[in-house]
Amino acid sequence: MEQGEFRIATATGVDAALAIAGPGVRSYAFVIDWHIRVLLAVAWYLAAALLINGSLATPVGKPAPPAFVFGALLPALAIYFLYHLILEAALRGITPGKRIAGVRIAARNGGVPSTGALLLRNLFRIVDSMPLLYVVGLATSLFTREHVRVGDLAAGTLLVWNDARPAATLERLATLSPDAQLAPAAIDVISDLLARWSELEPERRAALARALLLRLDPAPVIAPLEALSEAVLRERLERLLQAPRAAS
Amino acid sequence: MSAAQPGSRWLLARAPVWRALAAAAPRLRRGRLSIDEAEQALDGYQSLARDLASARQQLPGNSVTLALESLYTSYHAALSRAPFRAGASLLQLFRSEIPEIVASLRTHLLWIVLLLALSAGAGWLLIATYPELVGLVASREQIDHVEHGELWTENLLNIAPSSILSVRILSNNVMVSVFAVCAGVLYGLGTAYLIALNGLMLGAMFAFTHQHGLDGELLRFVVAHGTVELSVICLAGAAGIALGESLIRPTLATRRESFQHCAGRVGKLLVPCALLLVGCGLIEGYVSPNPAVPFAARLAIGSAYFLFMLALLSGRLFGRGRR
Repeated sequence: MEQGEFRIATATGVDAALAIAGPGVRSYAFVIDWHIRVLLAVAWYLAAALLINGSLATPVGKPAPPAFVFGALLPALAIYFLYHLILEAALRGITPGKRIAGVRIAARNGGVPSTGALLLRNLFRIVDSMPLLYVVGLATSLFTREHVRVGDLAAGTLLVWNDARPAATLERLATLSPDAQLAPAAIDVISDLLARWSELEPERRAALARALLLRLDPAPVIAPLEALSEAVLRERLERLLQAPRAAS
Repeated sequence: MSAAQPGSRWLLARAPVWRALAAAAPRLRRGRLSIDEAEQALDGYQSLARDLASARQQLPGNSVTLALESLYTSYHAALSRAPFRAGASLLQLFRSEIPEIVASLRTHLLWIVLLLALSAGAGWLLIATYPELVGLVASREQIDHVEHGELWTENLLNIAPSSILSVRILSNNVMVSVFAVCAGVLYGLGTAYLIALNGLMLGAMFAFTHQHGLDGELLRFVVAHGTVELSVICLAGAAGIALGESLIRPTLATRRESFQHCAGRVGKLLVPCALLLVGCGLIEGYVSPNPAVPFAARLAIGSAYFLFMLALLSGRLFGRGRR
């Protein structure tokens, strides 16, 4: 097994692979989720308390009225404690925090865990959160080979990178001309640059485009590459992917 | 660079097939395919396996190889997923699985009941011998009430309405049960400690109320809900002990596998336990503190609810054992 990879034996004899997410990204996702659920619970509590009591103050020394308990307190606690379970079950192993961090919970066959497994995983937060600040969970995710906490061990789940690119990569590949004769690595680099074009700084992407064209583009040089605008550089890269190469 | 790139030609020739497979993947993940679609998916899975093997060899680290890895894993997960029907699965859980799990935990349950009884005896003995130690198990308020000749539960309904009382009690009991199961991860010691502590407090409180002639009142208070509540906590304790045993004496190849298998199995017990504790919470909130309910009615409710629990846990409630 490669570092950070979980191999799944399949009936075809070709193993499937999952990229294991480490403790860093796990903590990152948790911190985002924790903030979201605290904000949601507090927002609910304050809004409901205002609606029911007419003020944010709760009666001191007297038991809280049922309307306040069932309308403000219990729903706020439910939001805080059931946030992970409900969202993971509804969003197929993903919470907003995990989505932002780019990870998901997977069963050991690579699929979405069952609701029972997700329930078990969340119940074991009692152990993982002991003695405070998720020390047990963090320690087990640091020291286990698959970087899992006790809840994952009990439920048979893994935290893996959620790669959302495959469909886009294959889609992009299918639009290329079957006659293109660039090396696969060159196709990969050019496609990647074009896909990330808008994310890169203009000077940086222009420099990368010129470097690639200099090495790969057999088209006759009409003007020096330094003189070409960004739009022209991009167009030439796209043409390079589409057109068959001239024999060298 | 060479004019012809065989790797590229293969890549570009296969690209439309992969695109079609990627487009079909979300539908496959959702399930409910026709037979033709399922067969196509299976063919696609096999062709993906071949292509991935070639890509790993020829184009290691290439983004297309990574995309194929991901697509192949999603096909594998979708095709190896067990069929799921919520209604049938729930019925099977209550009719077959729960009774089988309870039966397999019989020995653990026996030990837990023994531990609870022994610690309750120890608690009684402790307070009977050293009454001044009651502060260890009871709050100042409880002690004051008993010393003034009444149970702390006497005016419970004047302090909080039944609905709030029920929710507070049932959420506390559910938490105790969940903790009893999960604490089993400490080789069963966490669970044993929790059960022993509960038994100790129970025995001590009965001894304390006995010293003030209120033990009959305490029994009157707990008889409607206590039998099922204690039984469920013992059941959760037995599950926790089984979890600990799976780590001490693994039955599968590794401790992790054994623990996971056991957790998946005994974790199912928490479903009926939680349901039964909801009932206990309602009885404890509405019946137990109500002075208008006579002892005979409390006993009848307690006995009926205990029988209901037995029927639920043995699967008879869902037709197990019927021809």
